[in-house]
Amino acid sequence: MKKRLAVLLAGAMVMATLAGCGNGGTAETSAPATTDAPAAEPEAPAAEPEAEAEAPAEPEAEAEAPAAGGDLIKVGIINNDPSESGYRTANDADLKATFTEANGYSAQFAYGNPAVGNANEDQVKAAQQFIQDEVDYLLLSAADTAGWDTVLQDAQDAGVQVILFDRTIDADEGLYAASIVSDMDKEGQTAVDWLATQGLETYNIIHLQGQMGSAAQQGRTKALDEKVAAEANWNMVEQQTASWNAENAQQIVQSVISSGKEFNVIYAENDDMAKGAVAALDAANISHGVGKDVIVMGFDCNKWALEELLAGNWNYDGQCNPFQSSYISDVIKTLESGGTPAEKVIIMEEKGFDASTITAEDVEKYGI
Amino acid sequence: MANSENVKTSSAGSWKNLLRNQCFIPIAALLLLAVFNLIVDPTFFRITFGYNSAGNPVLSGAIIDIINNGSELAILAIGMTLVTAASGGQDISVGAAIAIAGSVILRVLCGGNARPETLEAPIIVAFLVACVVAMLFGAFNGVLVAYFKIQPMIATLILYTAGRSIAAWINNNELPVISDPKFAYFGGFIPGIPIPTPFFIAVACMIVVGLALKFTNLRLYTQSVGINQSSARLNGLNPELIKVMTFVILGLCVAVAGLIKVSRVSSINYSVIAKDIEMDAILAVALGGNALSGGKFSMAASIIGAFVIQCLTTTLYKYGVPATALPAYKAVVVILLVIVSAPTVREYFSTLVKKMKLKGEVA
Repeated sequence: MKKRLAVLLAGAMVMATLAGCGNGGTAETSAPATTDAPAAEPEAPAAEPEAEAEAPAEPEAEAEAPAAGGDLIKVGIINNDPSESGYRTANDADLKATFTEANGYSAQFAYGNPAVGNANEDQVKAAQQFIQDEVDYLLLSAADTAGWDTVLQDAQDAGVQVILFDRTIDADEGLYAASIVSDMDKEGQTAVDWLATQGLETYNIIHLQGQMGSAAQQGRTKALDEKVAAEANWNMVEQQTASWNAENAQQIVQSVISSGKEFNVIYAENDDMAKGAVAALDAANISHGVGKDVIVMGFDCNKWALEELLAGNWNYDGQCNPFQSSYISDVIKTLESGGTPAEKVIIMEEKGFDASTITAEDVEKYGI
Repeated sequence: MANSENVKTSSAGSWKNLLRNQCFIPIAALLLLAVFNLIVDPTFFRITFGYNSAGNPVLSGAIIDIINNGSELAILAIGMTLVTAASGGQDISVGAAIAIAGSVILRVLCGGNARPETLEAPIIVAFLVACVVAMLFGAFNGVLVAYFKIQPMIATLILYTAGRSIAAWINNNELPVISDPKFAYFGGFIPGIPIPTPFFIAVACMIVVGLALKFTNLRLYTQSVGINQSSARLNGLNPELIKVMTFVILGLCVAVAGLIKVSRVSSINYSVIAKDIEMDAILAVALGGNALSGGKFSMAASIIGAFVIQCLTTTLYKYGVPATALPAYKAVVVILLVIVSAPTVREYFSTLVKKMKLKGEVA
């Protein structure tokens, strides 16, 4: 009886583990084996407009790639879990839309997901697998900055070119061909500069920070902190982390309102938190938006956030560009033709949108 | 539920009764926080009447914030108390399960379109579907715990890790936004009623569970299974079934909390919605003085515990505790509360009181 129970139990645990991984385990180490280019197909139509949005800047990005002839360029793409955020979803869709067979690529995808194990370790394993599969290029958005030296050295020895996108790593620059990143400090600076042009008599700011320590939080906080320290009429009413969470942001702003402190600017480090803050303002009947009492600022350019801008309910939204694929394919083309990229670190162009000048076209083009 | 009536005024028994009452610790904690706020900044208790931007009357103030934001936690505490009592363990997947329930609601309402102009289905239908889904996931946890005898924390770890990915998968990784103002009623205000809706939902849940505990054998059965499973079986109960049932009830609580959560922002973010709420829910049960190893429980104490946690959060927000230090402050207060509410410490205090009284009589 006991034996039978033990067998049953073991069976159940195996089943349970399978069930758990089957649903959430896209990022498991087995990912390289199961992912292939056709998987990109269903995603492509939805992502097409965004991929093309970048095209005017680099007209040849998509058209020229098939010129490589019958030989497909093999790329192994290591990314983070697409469900992490709207940014990541757009980023993943953009990559899948660009690195297609039609464009001359044979792409494999792998994901690191912190919810299903050690994301960085899984990414390293995926990288080793890709190197064994003899990919031509390894595209990497690392979960952690550390721990990549050995595997990148292996890649170099095997003649695999490494291109970093979105996130940089702590490794010798010689180990990768290029790094395509957002400049978070610049994003913050652009936003603060915009705020300074608003010409308020005093700036009483509620600053909602992202997950403390993340690159986006540090960059977007830095510029504002410096400005508040430098200007006499810039005051920080509240500076608090809402961990990218709309609901925490709502609670924080509610508590500021309840305590009766005066404020006229909400500087939220992402759109979700700006949304939470606005919910609190609405409940207290505090007007916000263009020409109203409180200026609302967000980041990331979600489509729904840009629509709020268009409606005049928010004032500013800073872009964090997830569309790196055209930059990457440019670099690959340069490398294929025997050249080297002009700069090792390529900083993407990122905009800040003002509610008074944003157009419906911008919403379609830049919304993620 | 009406534990306060147990506090007799007769001088002899009053102290002993008070200390013995399970609601004493959470109520004392609540009073302590209230007194602290009263001394430091009495505006904490100010409730102002105004109109929101839609022109509807609303009440605002820290107290309103607490009963508003503490609602989900109170609802979860109900289910968590039952699970704890019957299985002697806790469900750590409620946060992820809320993400799933919320995602299901949005999926049904949007019909796969991330930005619908009109709702594809009535809200009640979406909610009922979410209830069914959440109860199925609850049953999944319950079966692992009851029939396969896996420790609750380990069994629910599966859903804890996989849940948010499942939630994202339900909506194809999209982040739907609902523009219909009616959907925001559940997490905000119903026009004409100045008290936040989540509080009414929480009160409704409390009434339902209160009636269930009073008029059914729910309390007797869960407690007897939690205290001694074998003797419960010998007395004709089916312990496995009862454990699964408590997890299913928790699933229902999760669906209700999920509705409030997604309604608050009319959207969802899979990775952060209801993040770490499982810890707060377990804490609410612990603060209520309930044994985390199962057995007897006080539902009222758990619910008050939930509002204590929210009161603490709101207080810390109010005084602008440095962002990064907030969890640390919370931990310190929580450690104190849990130690004070531990049975051994309570025992010690009641003997101390007894001794003092004896001395008083001698002198």
